[in-house]
Amino acid sequence: MRLLLAADVAIGCGTALLVLVQATLLARIIAGSYSGSTLADLRPLLGLLLVVFAGRAGLAWAFEAVGRLAATSVLSRLRLDLAARRFADDPAALDGAQSADLAAAGVYGATALETYFGRFLPQLVLAAVVPVAVLLWILPIDIASAAIMLVTLPLVAVFMVLVGGYTAQRTRERANALGLLATQFMGVVRGLPTLRAFNRSRAQTEVIAERSDAYRQATLGTLRVSFLSGAVLDLAATLAIALVAVSVGLRLDAGRMTLEPALVILILAPELYLPLRSLGALYHASADGVAVASRLLSASEAPPAGRTRARRPPSLRDSVVRLERVSYAYPGRPVPVVSDVDLALLPGEMVALVGPTGSGKSTIASMLLGFTAPTAGSITVGGVDLAVCDLDTWRASVAWVPQHPTLFRASVAENIRLGRPAAPVREVHAAARLAGADAFIRDLQRGYDTMVGDGGRQVSAGQLQRIALARGFLRRASLLVLDEPTANVDRESAGTIVDAIAGLRGSTVLVITHAPDLAAVADRVVEVRGGRVAQARARAVATA
Amino acid sequence: MIATIRRTIRLAPPPWLRLSVSILLGACAVACGIGLMGTAGYLIARAAERPEVLSLSVAIVAVRFFGLARPLARYIERLASHDVALRLLARIRVSFYERLEPLAPAELDAYRKGDLLGRMVGDVEALQGIYLRGIGPPVVCLVVAAAAVGVSAAILPQGAVVLGCGLLLAATVVPLVGWRLGRAAAGSAAARGSLTAELVELLRGAPELVMCGAGPDALRRLGEGDRAVARLSRREGLAVGVTDGLGIAITGVTVAGVLAVAAAQRSAGEIDGVMVATLALLSLASFEAVGPLPQAARELSSTLAAASRVLDIVDREPRVCDPAEPAPVIASRPTFALEHVTARYSPAGPAVLEDVSITLAVGRRVALVGPSGSGKTTVANLLLRFLDPVEGRVTLDGRDLREHRQEDVRRLLAVGGQNSHLFSTTIRENVRLANPDATDAAVEDALRRARISDWVATLPDGLDTLVGEEGGWLSGGQRQRISLARALLAARPVVILDEPTAHLDPETAEALMDDVLSALRGKTLLLITHRSEGLERMDAILELDGGRIVSDTRRGGAPATAE
Repeated sequence: MRLLLAADVAIGCGTALLVLVQATLLARIIAGSYSGSTLADLRPLLGLLLVVFAGRAGLAWAFEAVGRLAATSVLSRLRLDLAARRFADDPAALDGAQSADLAAAGVYGATALETYFGRFLPQLVLAAVVPVAVLLWILPIDIASAAIMLVTLPLVAVFMVLVGGYTAQRTRERANALGLLATQFMGVVRGLPTLRAFNRSRAQTEVIAERSDAYRQATLGTLRVSFLSGAVLDLAATLAIALVAVSVGLRLDAGRMTLEPALVILILAPELYLPLRSLGALYHASADGVAVASRLLSASEAPPAGRTRARRPPSLRDSVVRLERVSYAYPGRPVPVVSDVDLALLPGEMVALVGPTGSGKSTIASMLLGFTAPTAGSITVGGVDLAVCDLDTWRASVAWVPQHPTLFRASVAENIRLGRPAAPVREVHAAARLAGADAFIRDLQRGYDTMVGDGGRQVSAGQLQRIALARGFLRRASLLVLDEPTANVDRESAGTIVDAIAGLRGSTVLVITHAPDLAAVADRVVEVRGGRVAQARARAVATA
Repeated sequence: MIATIRRTIRLAPPPWLRLSVSILLGACAVACGIGLMGTAGYLIARAAERPEVLSLSVAIVAVRFFGLARPLARYIERLASHDVALRLLARIRVSFYERLEPLAPAELDAYRKGDLLGRMVGDVEALQGIYLRGIGPPVVCLVVAAAAVGVSAAILPQGAVVLGCGLLLAATVVPLVGWRLGRAAAGSAAARGSLTAELVELLRGAPELVMCGAGPDALRRLGEGDRAVARLSRREGLAVGVTDGLGIAITGVTVAGVLAVAAAQRSAGEIDGVMVATLALLSLASFEAVGPLPQAARELSSTLAAASRVLDIVDREPRVCDPAEPAPVIASRPTFALEHVTARYSPAGPAVLEDVSITLAVGRRVALVGPSGSGKTTVANLLLRFLDPVEGRVTLDGRDLREHRQEDVRRLLAVGGQNSHLFSTTIRENVRLANPDATDAAVEDALRRARISDWVATLPDGLDTLVGEEGGWLSGGQRQRISLARALLAARPVVILDEPTAHLDPETAEALMDDVLSALRGKTLLLITHRSEGLERMDAILELDGGRIVSDTRRGGAPATAE
């Protein structure tokens, strides 16, 4: 990165030098021809001019290439850090919408970041180097012109800051309004079937036109003001060129100057303002880039170092998992979502956790999986505190099927095999059969090889649930944590799944459910209400 | 390219006058910049001959004029072009919507998967780029370059030839390279899309990946995707650099050429020294005219791809049409029926329904059950005439629906349930969708019958409460009840409820169905569901599987299937 920045500075200095040489050469050739030199006399200078242009072309290419190189390397690092961090500390911290948002920032924010690192920063170097070089070059040639430039240049810079400060806020507001307009349009398009069903779809045409027109008028009002500062900036630059030209012209006429230096000044005048104007055009993009970068950086910040987790947890085949007076409160919230929960999972036992939505069932599961640490109390496995256990080893013996499982962009078979990548095909099919998924998978056009996930074949919520269950079953874990395995599944499949879960032997199972028939097959039913264990029943009571 | 531009113009003709004015202003601004340098060169060279100051006054005025006119023209042009852009966006959206409207939902079935619809609506905005990039910059370039060559021809015809060739080269070769690069950038857009998908999946699925110990693998895959994107992006950067460099090189060769020709003519005494300076500075400045072309070309090539995707959709002919002479719909207590209906969504597609007969007699409650994908929703689409059967017919009081106007038929039907869209507006507007003039009292009454008025009353904003995008700020049960209130307020004799209890827990579902059935007393009801709640109070239960009716349970009254 430092190297690339150095390259940017080198390109900036090289460009500045070539700009000066080019102006001098042009002036010398024109002045030479003016005072009677023949083409033959001028040929070496013309050759040199071509070389200078070639040099500028090369630098322009390098400017773009180096900028892009810097941008991509910064972005790659940010993206990979972001993903690695998410695995390392708190994988369950984000919900779906937040992940999508962050991912969009990580990839599409890339455009803003690319502009920032690839264009804004190098342009900043150019804007710092070129005007200074031009001024220093002109100063000994003609003090009066240098003075005009010295006065107008800060003016341009001041207006640039004004453009940035005063209008950025309003411009952003309009951009947000434009975004809202697009969202509203999207909503209407998505809702078209409903609108048509109620014969209201034609009426929307006017609504769309009216909204767009209202937006246009409001926006133009803002633009009249925000473009004004841009216009003043433009005016300062062109007017300064005109002023320089006229004053130099008058001094030439008075005989206080010769043609060649006058031409040098005239040719250099636009070069003085050009980098600054290009920089101004990139101002908004750069602000966006900074915002994206800070969002990604804060998301990938290193977490505080925790306790060492080196202990191997005892085998679950013969040890009890015990929650002792476990509580959990979200950071910054006084009311705990789980409080004082005592729960023991005996080896090979199936426990159903029931209770209304939001009663803390999923949080209990999350603590068992090691995603969240209890804020009070402890979870022990065979007497060993989970907080000191190596989480990878612990998780290797646990299978978890979340309430909203993720389908990865791969074939159905690969999605199931995620549970145990080395599993032979036969066992993948067996797990699918157990989860009641085999039949519908075989009905898919390409069976187990059908691609699913984003961009692949859509599966229904129930099918997704069953693929995830198969994934969990294939894992052959000692502890199975199933979160609402029969929600969103039609009755027949639900029956299959209940039978499959009831038939699981040898594993400890914790199932979170609303469904009475699933709770009925559990050895014990524990009811959770408001974060507390409200009632524990043996199987006989639950089926009554 | 020309074909796409022509199709875009046919879809949404631009405001030609405003577009021309904005292009003209853009040309003025660029021409003023060139004029400024040309006249300044003339002024200085002429001044070096030390004439009377008065004889310089015209040149001085011209320099000052161009110096002032350029920013002014630029300012007005920016306002005008933004005005045109926003007008275009409005026109394009409206015409896109008008063309899309008769296609929804049956012929957009393929677009409901994933977020194709979202991407398509994003593409719609790309259409305005056709005008802003495909027409504006080339015309400005053509006008200004022609003017510059014309002026220099008046000074020195040979010089004008060199300048003309240089400008032509810069205006064609450089954008062409940019165009090719834009094609490559399309590949990079796809790679980016896939990287986002990968990243979303990884961030969202992180807990599961961690539980399966698959984290490192996923990171490695992400790294590969990232490298692919970085490689493409670097290649794109190198290529953009090539167009920039090429532009400068062409400028250099042209200016040197013009200078050489001018110097030769000067030695031959054909022109005087002042004109050498004028011509040189004019040539140098005139490349400002072709400057924006490469980027415009780069952007245009990806714009065109987006545009043709949109145009392919909206140029489709809707398959459901109104008859030339529609039969009037008189029934206030209608009986709808499907008679031996076979339906498919595309002519070559699989049959979604096969030989299905269902009668919805007045006041009867019919449930349609079956696994997802069995064709339940297609029955609703047929009744609403979103789709016409390929065999058999759908009738209203014995008359084929195809003899009526679509809107007249839909006036008899209300829909609710999981596919009923909640719009990102207030509760009030969502409820009175079918009935925009309904009073607050009527809206509240509908909400009361849907058993959600108590909850609405507790909200600080009451009926003005916003529901969020697709009703996302409400719970599943609340969304269903609002859509039910909407169907009730519509006051139609026949109500179709599609999965009204989806995603609800059994207790909530049971309570909702109780309320639904009491609120809809006396109306004809078609209930589409895969759950058991409320089925015991239906007059008939039809089970669909694979597009056929596999069982027909009646509870008294007339049979639900036709004889």
